[in-house]
Amino acid sequence: MNKRTGMLTLVALSALLSACGADQEPLQVGTNPKLPDPQRGILPNMVIAKPASWGDKTPTVPQGYAISAIATNLNIPRQTLLLPNGDILVAEGRGGNAPKLKPKDVIAGVIKARGNTTVKSGNRLTLLRDADGDGRYEVQKVFADNLNAPYGLALIGNNLYVANQDALVRFDYKEGQTEASGPPEKLTDLPSAINHHWTKALTASADGQFLYVGIGSNSNITERGMAAEVDRALVWQVDVRTGAHKPYATGLRNPTALTIQPETGQLWAVVNERDELGSNLVPDYLTAVQEGGFYGWPYSYWGKNVDVRAQPQNPEKVASALTPDYSLGAHVAALGVDFSVAAMGESFANGVFVGEHGSWNRKDPVGYKVSFVPFRDGRPAGEAVDFVSGFRDDDGTTRGRPVGVTVDPRGALIVADDLANTIWRVTRSTN
Amino acid sequence: MITTQDRRYADIIHPMHAVLLAGTFPLFLGAALSDAAYGSTYEIQWNNFASWLIAGGLLFSGLALILVLVDLVRSHRRARGIGLYALVLLATWVVGFFNALMHARDAWASMPTGLVLSCVTLVLASVATFLGFAARRIGGTK
Repeated sequence: MNKRTGMLTLVALSALLSACGADQEPLQVGTNPKLPDPQRGILPNMVIAKPASWGDKTPTVPQGYAISAIATNLNIPRQTLLLPNGDILVAEGRGGNAPKLKPKDVIAGVIKARGNTTVKSGNRLTLLRDADGDGRYEVQKVFADNLNAPYGLALIGNNLYVANQDALVRFDYKEGQTEASGPPEKLTDLPSAINHHWTKALTASADGQFLYVGIGSNSNITERGMAAEVDRALVWQVDVRTGAHKPYATGLRNPTALTIQPETGQLWAVVNERDELGSNLVPDYLTAVQEGGFYGWPYSYWGKNVDVRAQPQNPEKVASALTPDYSLGAHVAALGVDFSVAAMGESFANGVFVGEHGSWNRKDPVGYKVSFVPFRDGRPAGEAVDFVSGFRDDDGTTRGRPVGVTVDPRGALIVADDLANTIWRVTRSTN
Repeated sequence: MITTQDRRYADIIHPMHAVLLAGTFPLFLGAALSDAAYGSTYEIQWNNFASWLIAGGLLFSGLALILVLVDLVRSHRRARGIGLYALVLLATWVVGFFNALMHARDAWASMPTGLVLSCVTLVLASVATFLGFAARRIGGTK
């Protein structure tokens, strides 16, 4: 090999290696995202967060708002639930049970873990209370322990439901309680023989008759085989009296947070879409979940765009695939969603807050913030705006990663941060 | 003179080198057959098998490559034919490495390029094996 061919090989090689790093296109957010062609270089894009502590810093909020940490030193807080008396329950834990099948799984697992907390899974619920209403949550007590990677939380009357990674359980709850009166009772098992996307999102129907459980896929795009995808990538509707379940909507790759629209009772979800198709594919999305609807995974994405990686293909399923309502942008990793209220202030009164954990599979990292998606006539409309940001610096230094978001009707937003192991509370400042 | 030259080399490939070289071919053969099975059945387990067999092939051929490179830099071991053998073995490893990256793609994304690369690796490995054993006076310490 002479010098010239050597150089050419080097150029070709680096072009190949960075094939999908070349795009500088902005993130496609909104109701009608422009979808580029799928692309992947010989290596997937991986830009991993570099964890750092907050020190004296706090996240950035808009003018007229203030943010403070109301609980720290938690053991991986994920989702929060606001109780009727203003107390906050925090689900803490890390789940997952998926064998490493390929050399790639071993290597990628080590790399991705660097961007997350090293704290041990809490497997518990912590209760936070601000008894005197001064904005300081002086009570921080373990409400229930020995759970199995609890994530989704819902309250129906005097029943507190917790979605562990393997089962839906129920506690008796009396207002003012700071500790569960006993161990929980199991309502139903949840699919967990393999738990690749282990988080079980949860919300209660408006009439309190049903629970909706978001169950993620067991793979990025069927690389564990279709047998592993039975009862996965869907939302279950569970009858609270019997524990009986049925698929409510399917083809939702990883529905990580569910919520009910207050005016309509309609179920909404944020869903994390598939990786390794390029920096701007596939958009994670916010959508109203139609009963019986199929949303594409694994056969197609964003409606009827076929993903050839899922073989054998299924044209009938593709033809029936619904298009989601609103693109949050590819790889933002939306993990929290909640509807706003008027008390949040005029600019943020009508819409949803979305907690974005942040990307790994994108050259220019995105997410790492809480955004606000404005609604008009009950539908998402217009540009999403940042509500809480400053979690990540341009050099990759990352102090926090937002997960669950919960709106306090008194006019506050609660944000769980599973990197800093902190709960943040955003309020309107009094000036 | 010729007699003296002959004594500088071993008559046969060093057993360690022989095991590594001979082990390379069946590993890459298994990978190619697994890819073919995945291609015709869509059964994902074949894709997993192929990935590990390629990793094994890279380990064996990589170690053999180190041994032949050591031979190459030590002039008294640099026998005729060893250069070509080293080159083909290097090519086997490089193509095999790209094949491993191809197989790190999820599900059908590794196909059909993965199968093609597996076949190319297999042909290169068989040529390398032939050259390695044909150039009989390499390696070893008689």
